[in-house]
Amino acid sequence: MTDSKYFTTTKKGEIFELKAELNSDKKEKKKEAVKKVIASMTVGKDVSALFPDVVNCMQTDNLELKKLVYLYLMNYAKSQPDMAIMAVNTFVKDCEDPNPLIRALAVRTMGCIRVDKITEYLCEPLRKCLKDEDPYVRKTAAVCVAKLHDINAQLVEDQGFLDTLKDLISDSNPMVVANAVAALSEIAESHPSSNLLDLNPQSINKLLTALNECTEWGQIFILDCLANYMPKDDREAQSICERVTPRLSHANSAVVLSAVKVLMKFMEMLSKDLDYYGTLLKKLAPPLVTLLSAEPELQYVALRNINLIVQKRPEILKHEMKVFFVKYNDPIYVKLEKLDIMIRLASQANIAQVLAELKEYATEVDVDFVRKAVRAIGRCAIKVEQSAERCVSTLLDLIQTKVNYVVQEAIVVIKDIFRKYPNKYESVIATLCENLDSLDEPEARAAMIWIVGEYAERIDNADELLESFLEGFHDESTQVQLQLLTAIVKLFLKKPTETQELVQQVLSLATQDSDNPDLRDRGYIYWRLLSTDPVAAKEVVLAEKPLISEETDLIEPTLLDELICYIGTLASVYHKPPSAFVEGSRGVVHKSLPPRTGSSESAESPDAAPSGGQAAEQPAVIPTQGDLLGDLLNLDLGPPVGGPPIATSSVQMGAVDLLGGGLDSLMGSGSGFAPAPSTAMPANLGAPLSSGLGDLFDLTSGVGTLSGSYVAPKTVWLPAMKAKGLEISGTFSRQVGSISMDLVLTNKALQVMSDFAIQFNRNSFGLAPAAPLQVHAPLAPNQSVEISLPLNTVGSVMKMDPLNNLQVAVKNNIDVFYFSTLYPLHILFVEDGKMERQMFLATWKDIPNENEAQFQIKDCSLNADAVSSKLQGSNIFTIAKRNVEGQDMLYQSLKLTNGIWVLAELRIQPSNPSFTPVPVPFPTFLAASFLWVGMSCVALTHLSVYLRTCCLPALAGLPAVAGFGVVPEMPSTGGVPVHLPSLRNHPEELRCCCSPSSSSSPFPPKEAGAGPVCMSPFLPAKEPAPGNVPPAPGPWKPVLPSLVGLG
Amino acid sequence: MIHSLFLINASGDIFLEKHWKSVVSRSVCDYFFEAQERASEAENVPPVIPTPHHYLLSVYRHKIFFVAVIQSEVPPLFVIEFLHRVVDTFQDYFGVCSEVMIKDNVVVVYEVLEEMLDNGFPLATESNILKELIKPPTILRTVVNTITGSTNVGDQLPTGQLSVVPWRRTGVKYTNNEAYFDVIEEIDAIIDKSGSTITAEIQGVIDACVKLTGMPDLTLSFMNPRLLDDVSFHPCVRFKRWESERILSFIPPDGNFRLLSYHVSAQNLVAIPVYIKHNISFRDSSSLGRFEITVGPKQTMGKTVEGVMVSSQMPKGVLNMTLTPSQGTHVFDPVTKLLSWDVGKINPQKLPSLKGSVSLQAGTSKPDENPTINLQFKIQQLAISGLKVNRLDMYGEKYKPFKGIKYMTKAGKFQVRT
Repeated sequence: MTDSKYFTTTKKGEIFELKAELNSDKKEKKKEAVKKVIASMTVGKDVSALFPDVVNCMQTDNLELKKLVYLYLMNYAKSQPDMAIMAVNTFVKDCEDPNPLIRALAVRTMGCIRVDKITEYLCEPLRKCLKDEDPYVRKTAAVCVAKLHDINAQLVEDQGFLDTLKDLISDSNPMVVANAVAALSEIAESHPSSNLLDLNPQSINKLLTALNECTEWGQIFILDCLANYMPKDDREAQSICERVTPRLSHANSAVVLSAVKVLMKFMEMLSKDLDYYGTLLKKLAPPLVTLLSAEPELQYVALRNINLIVQKRPEILKHEMKVFFVKYNDPIYVKLEKLDIMIRLASQANIAQVLAELKEYATEVDVDFVRKAVRAIGRCAIKVEQSAERCVSTLLDLIQTKVNYVVQEAIVVIKDIFRKYPNKYESVIATLCENLDSLDEPEARAAMIWIVGEYAERIDNADELLESFLEGFHDESTQVQLQLLTAIVKLFLKKPTETQELVQQVLSLATQDSDNPDLRDRGYIYWRLLSTDPVAAKEVVLAEKPLISEETDLIEPTLLDELICYIGTLASVYHKPPSAFVEGSRGVVHKSLPPRTGSSESAESPDAAPSGGQAAEQPAVIPTQGDLLGDLLNLDLGPPVGGPPIATSSVQMGAVDLLGGGLDSLMGSGSGFAPAPSTAMPANLGAPLSSGLGDLFDLTSGVGTLSGSYVAPKTVWLPAMKAKGLEISGTFSRQVGSISMDLVLTNKALQVMSDFAIQFNRNSFGLAPAAPLQVHAPLAPNQSVEISLPLNTVGSVMKMDPLNNLQVAVKNNIDVFYFSTLYPLHILFVEDGKMERQMFLATWKDIPNENEAQFQIKDCSLNADAVSSKLQGSNIFTIAKRNVEGQDMLYQSLKLTNGIWVLAELRIQPSNPSFTPVPVPFPTFLAASFLWVGMSCVALTHLSVYLRTCCLPALAGLPAVAGFGVVPEMPSTGGVPVHLPSLRNHPEELRCCCSPSSSSSPFPPKEAGAGPVCMSPFLPAKEPAPGNVPPAPGPWKPVLPSLVGLG
Repeated sequence: MIHSLFLINASGDIFLEKHWKSVVSRSVCDYFFEAQERASEAENVPPVIPTPHHYLLSVYRHKIFFVAVIQSEVPPLFVIEFLHRVVDTFQDYFGVCSEVMIKDNVVVVYEVLEEMLDNGFPLATESNILKELIKPPTILRTVVNTITGSTNVGDQLPTGQLSVVPWRRTGVKYTNNEAYFDVIEEIDAIIDKSGSTITAEIQGVIDACVKLTGMPDLTLSFMNPRLLDDVSFHPCVRFKRWESERILSFIPPDGNFRLLSYHVSAQNLVAIPVYIKHNISFRDSSSLGRFEITVGPKQTMGKTVEGVMVSSQMPKGVLNMTLTPSQGTHVFDPVTKLLSWDVGKINPQKLPSLKGSVSLQAGTSKPDENPTINLQFKIQQLAISGLKVNRLDMYGEKYKPFKGIKYMTKAGKFQVRT
């Protein structure tokens, strides 16, 4: 009599048979039938057709039957929402049952039924259960709130369940506290801005008390929650540490690791001179060691975390080297991690032991492991100088084994050792050369060639050796070809007489017969160097090389600090901050270690400290690949794309409150610029780079003024690593009245992509694709296609933040990807934006001063006419021009696609580099963006431009739209806040944002003012500070980035 | 938190799925199968596998993969610990944890899983609480249930669950009151070619079987508590008293439980109770090699070493082995190249040995790697670390319990390099 009999009825008509049995009068038969149904469900068979029959069995006093029916309901209610309603009555009734087990079961099951209609009925019973006298029911109800929140967050907030849940933190029963904390943490995860877990010394105290009494799982939740707390001084930190330390002795490894996290974090605040600090360090080691005797899966996670801990505080485990020695039957993933940590812990004191072990590993069976072991020997040599000699001799021993992959790996690391200790171990070169023929991997071949080239003067037959490689030049990989080219050039410079022929041969192979641009370029450079100035060539090619750094794979310190805050989480397993991979990363708040505070400093506001730490940390965080790409683009292209590439890269950027301050300083001193934290190049680099590029852009600028508005260079919007190999870069342009989005889709994956489609989220100006995305042929790997997607502005309108934010979804046969980008506002300037002179004057006077913005642009040497014609190309029209005291003044107007007018005054001061703002007697108007559209083409130094702008309020009655960035709400009086943008030396920073409106009149009355028109430059990337994150508007929530690229 | 659980057998069939939130399609396991294919052996499947929308965390036990699906940032140790707890519970319920057993008891399994986790939060993982909620199937109960129509689902709230001692139910009654403690030490060691110890450590546990009436309060003290490097306690142990007095003071759960696990590290010189003399050589020129190993006891305090098993993975180049043991039986599997020798007891007067020749594949060069020898053994009545229980006292109840302590030393991962 086993349950396996339930699986045997696979014959035809099974469902009917079950149906009959379910409706049987006999209780026993019914139960058996339900069991059969459940059994089918567990193996993934679809038995949803039996829904009504199973639900009928629910009304029973047999608890097992009831539970079975509940199990069924949870699985299938979603597919049969109407039927599920039938169950509601029983649930509600059960919630009143005198048996707390049944009450809890009912509320628990109800929460698992993800049907909207049921959730409505759930509220009342849940409210009762949250206040139930029985703690078992209360703790179940606490979890139920989290479930309900997952289904319908709004409902939970409206019903005030969150407050009730917060009250439960003070419950008398520790189990209830733990569950309440767990539920709140889960809710807070999807709700980063809400201050659900308001931690203060009182609540911390409650949590610490509950910590001692609740279950192991509850302890994990509480410890994780404690880790988010910021103690106000070192004394508080110490007292928390003292109360958390006993958790290190828990049998559950997750509890131990969570406790380690809390301690590692709060330790940061303790002074190193404190006795307690030393005690704590000593206490941390044993539990970490014990984790390594657990099951291999646990070991793996523990090792990944220990890797972080060892980097942060090597002193903790410095005497524990031996526990990381590899056992031959450890799983491979454990072996590789142990090896990593061994190298990190290697020091002069233990290097002999480590080397002996590594040598042992190098004779093991598993190839990957052996390779890593050999590499590790090289890393030891580089890390511990005293051991270098021993390492080299160990490597030589290994080379003698003649095992192919060992030899190759050894040669690769010996090359690194040569780099680190030049002119020390060259005696081994002869041994290496013996193995030349057995090398078949590109990396090893390249390493060997490098060695031959570098030490050509000591190798008698270097030319023969290199010549032998040259024979199959075209079959080699690029890595080897490049290395070979360099090596032969080095050889030539060292022994010019014998090798002239050889060098010519390689240069011709590289430049004429190769289609690899890298190779060709390098070939040409050498060629030219050699032919023009051999002495210079010698200086360049044989220059002294910088020493290689000690450890190449250390995690960058700020990232390490952040990861320490994530000990025990997935982030710590992947060594990446959660923002890099967790789905819906907008919910991720960056964490940082608390700053060290002495008692004397403790008067400092506790709030200021963390946020300060944050700000300092942000700019230095290692860029993810996507950001890095942006930075690289910056460097390559220089000023014209200095800001926007980062701002438009696919990570959704929040507004940063740098605008006001930046501008103030600008206005005040006339020479200060807003800080540019994430621009990779120092400011003084700007000029030479830009003048170099000036040439480039002069070519285009002439064309630009004729054929249409300025088009920014394409930037990467969606990096390949975030979109499973699809890379999208693009820009926006406006050509004779039509807006288009110019895209380049590149397939960097290994499979063919097809079925592309694109969609925009609602946005401030109603931008929408005017035609579907046409990609005619499937996109093969490594292929890219350029597409110009026509856009119109008839889509639905929703205010975005920043205003010109555009959220885009792109679909292909693999998945749907989301990214957001910022479009330049000038694409929205319509062709009939020229205002009549009289009207201009009248409107000008009607605009209140609050609606003005003014700022200056420096380093721009165009005269008034040139400016005027350039701007006209972008549909900014000059209405009038006059000359006041030798300064040219331009009055200009432009109109946006939604009918908003922007008027501007532009003052040009010839040859006055140190400009001071002069109050202008009357308000003037100017579109803010024109400088960007018009002048970014040229970078000059002698003129400064004075710009005073003012914006029109929108029509009355139109939906009020809040301003961009810092000021979230509009005064209702008609005064429109204008946010003054800061202006940096890159004019393209300056863009204009306007609120959407569909004004039919060009002159809306100023009192109407609901819609602000505001200006803002989009300062380059900074993650939004926590708490400063604007709530994501609208129902369409982009999920950025998706969980990819973890490999 | 934990979304779903899939159980996958060695041949890659999903034979059970359980969802605690919305249903996750089983196609998510394809990523797991991919990783499984890449890994040469089942043991080498990485425990954390990312997929585009989920993470798969798995443990491999009893030839079954337990794969948990999670969607958000969850402490992975929490998930893995929980999975191990699931396996332990199954083992506890059904004696063995195998695919057949799980299929045979699928409904109980399902009920238990539902009881263990709610919305991904652990609910009841203590075995004795679970057993009160869902009674483990026994033949007797199955028979009784069929006759009387009663169920194996408890319909009362487990009593202990909300008290200050959630691990113990109230109203326990025994006629024979007894408390047994087993001190079991596993020695992990790596010994190098020359016989010197590279690393050795001891993982010890004290498993208890306590059947005492009422609410007994026990204290257990050691002769030499300072030996213990790192300890992890059952939640019942009062940590404060351990900190201050090095005494284990606790109200025990009812029945079997692990009171304490501890770790004695390499710094405290660990005595190695056995040695292996070996002489293995694969000669270069001829296709015959020599093989000889001898096992002997040392530092066993006069206790017998028994249950000795020697196993070694021979290099691929080994075709066959012709060996004669002085005692016990040996097997060499020419396919997996695994040599195992069941030695049995070691008689110090006549040391067991295994001698013979190794035939190598002709024409190939001699194997580069030397086989590592894996050793298993047991020594009764000895805790190799020297740990000794001093006394056990009971408070809070009047009767006199019967007390017993047993020691045992076993080999954990005991490896000898050659």
